[in-house]
Amino acid sequence: MALRQGERARARVGPLGRRSRILGGGARSVPVAVVSTVVFFGLIVVLVVRSPGWPEVRRSFLDGDIFGDSFPDILAAFWINIQIFCVAEVLILVLALGLALLRSLPGSVFFPLRALALVYTDLFRAVPTILVIYILGFGAPALDVGGVPRSAFFWGVVSLVLVYSAYVSEVYRAGIDSVHPSQEAAARSLGLSRAQALRFVILPQAVRRVVPPLLNDFIGLQKDSALVALIGPVEAFRQSQIEVAGSFNYTPYLATALLFVLLTIPLARLTDWLVARDRGRHRAAGAR
Amino acid sequence: MSSDGSALRLEGVRKSFGALEVLRGIDLAVEEHEVLCLIGASGSGKSTLLRCVNLLEPIEAGRIVVAGEEITARGVDVNRVRRGIGIVFQAFNLFPHMTVLENVTLAPRHVLGLSRVRGEEEGRELLERFGLADKEREYPDRLSGGQQQRAAIARALAMRPRLLLLDEVTSALDPELVGEVLNAIRELAAAGMTMVIATHEMAFAREIADRVAFLDGGLVIEEGPPERIFQAPEQPRTRQFLQRIIEAGRL
Repeated sequence: MALRQGERARARVGPLGRRSRILGGGARSVPVAVVSTVVFFGLIVVLVVRSPGWPEVRRSFLDGDIFGDSFPDILAAFWINIQIFCVAEVLILVLALGLALLRSLPGSVFFPLRALALVYTDLFRAVPTILVIYILGFGAPALDVGGVPRSAFFWGVVSLVLVYSAYVSEVYRAGIDSVHPSQEAAARSLGLSRAQALRFVILPQAVRRVVPPLLNDFIGLQKDSALVALIGPVEAFRQSQIEVAGSFNYTPYLATALLFVLLTIPLARLTDWLVARDRGRHRAAGAR
Repeated sequence: MSSDGSALRLEGVRKSFGALEVLRGIDLAVEEHEVLCLIGASGSGKSTLLRCVNLLEPIEAGRIVVAGEEITARGVDVNRVRRGIGIVFQAFNLFPHMTVLENVTLAPRHVLGLSRVRGEEEGRELLERFGLADKEREYPDRLSGGQQQRAAIARALAMRPRLLLLDEVTSALDPELVGEVLNAIRELAAAGMTMVIATHEMAFAREIADRVAFLDGGLVIEEGPPERIFQAPEQPRTRQFLQRIIEAGRL
C-alpha cells in the first residue's frame, strides 16, 4: 500500500519533477568540479615545483632509475607483508569473535570470563603496537623454551593478532549490541538455545552491520604489517631501508608507499561501496 | 473443568520491573481448545503476562502450569518448554536476514531436527494455509505488515505448539491490513488451537473469545464469557474501560 503511494507521489512529481532537477544540478556541477579540481591541484603542483629545494627533493625522492632498480626487490619483499596480514586477518576474525562472545555471556557465573575478556581488550588497546612487537619479538624467543618458535615472522604475526583482536572484538560487540533484543526474544520463543539464537539470528545480522568498520581495521592492519620489520623480517619497508642505505636515495621509500596505496585503495573503495549499499537497503526498507 | 486438564494455569503470578509492579497476583486458567482474550488499557500487564508464560520474563512469585507441568519450577529446561508454546509479537520480529521460508523452517530444522526437505515441505504447507505461497523466497522487508504478521504466525505454528500466545498482533498494522490477520486467527480458533490473545480489537474479542479477562493495574478484575463482560460487566472499572472504548468508537 505504502509502496503504491510512493509510486503515485513519483508520478505526481513527474519525469521533469524533483528527479530531473537533481540530474540537472549534477550535470551543471560536473564541469565546475573538474575546473576547481584542476585549479586546486595545479596550484599545489606549482607551489611544490617552484619551491627552492625542489631540485634536491626531486633528485633524492623521484629518481626513475633507482625506482626501476629497487622496485622488483621491494615487490618481492612485499609478499612478506601480504603473508603477514593475510594470516593475521583470519586469526583476528576468529579470536576477536571469541572475545566478543565471552564479553556478551550473561549471568554471574561467567563473571570471570567476562572480566578476562575485558582486561584483555583494555590491555592490548592500551599498549602501543610497536611495543607489543618488541616485547614479544625479542622476549618470547629469549625464554628459550623448547617448542616455542623463534621466528620473528611468527612473533610479529602473533603481536598483530593480539593487538588487532582487541579492537575487532569491540567492533563485533557493537554489532551484537545493535541487534534489537526482540530478535533474540523471537528466536528463544521458538525454542532455540542461546547459542543457536546467536549463531542463526544475532551473529549473521551483527556481522553484516560491522563489515565496513571491520574492513577499516584491516586497512590499518595492512599498514601496520610494516612494523614487524623492527624485529627482523625483511618485508617491503625493511627492503626499502636496505635499498636507501645502498644508494643514499629515498626513492625506494616512495616505491614502498606506492605498493601500500595500491593494496589499500581497492579495500577502501570496497568499504565505501558496502556502506553505500547498506544505506540504500535501509532507505528502501524505510520507504516501504 | 478440572484444574489438571487445563492447558494453562497461572496461580498468584507476580512480576515487577524495578519498583513498578506489573503483575500483582494473576490467577487465570485456559482449557484445551479454548480462546481466552485479555483486554485492558495499555500498561495493564497483558503483554508482560504473555511474555512470562513464554518464560521470556522470569516471575517473582506464583506458579505457571502448562499441560500439568509447572514451567516456572527451578531446573526446568526452558528451551523444551518454549517449543510447546508459540508466541506472536506486536512488531512481528521476523528475522530480516532470512527469507520467509527460512524464517518458518529455522526452528523446526534446528530444534526439532527436521531435515531440510521435510522442514520446507511443512513450511510451504503453512505458508499456503496463510496465503503466502508466492512469498516464500521474499525477505520480510518486501512484505506488507499484514503479510509479515501472517508469516510470523506461520513461523510460530511450524513448531506445532499446544498453546499459542498472541500479543496485540494487529496493533502495528494499517487498518486495512487488520482483517487478513484476524481471519488467520479465526481459522486457527476454528481448528481448535488453544490461544491466549491480548488485544485492543474489542469486536474481534467479542466474536472469537470463549472467555474474556479484563486486566487493570496488574490484576484480573473480571473474567467471563464475552457476552457477559461486554454487555453486563459487574465491576465498575470494567464498565469504565468499556465506556471509554465505546466513546472512542472501537466497539
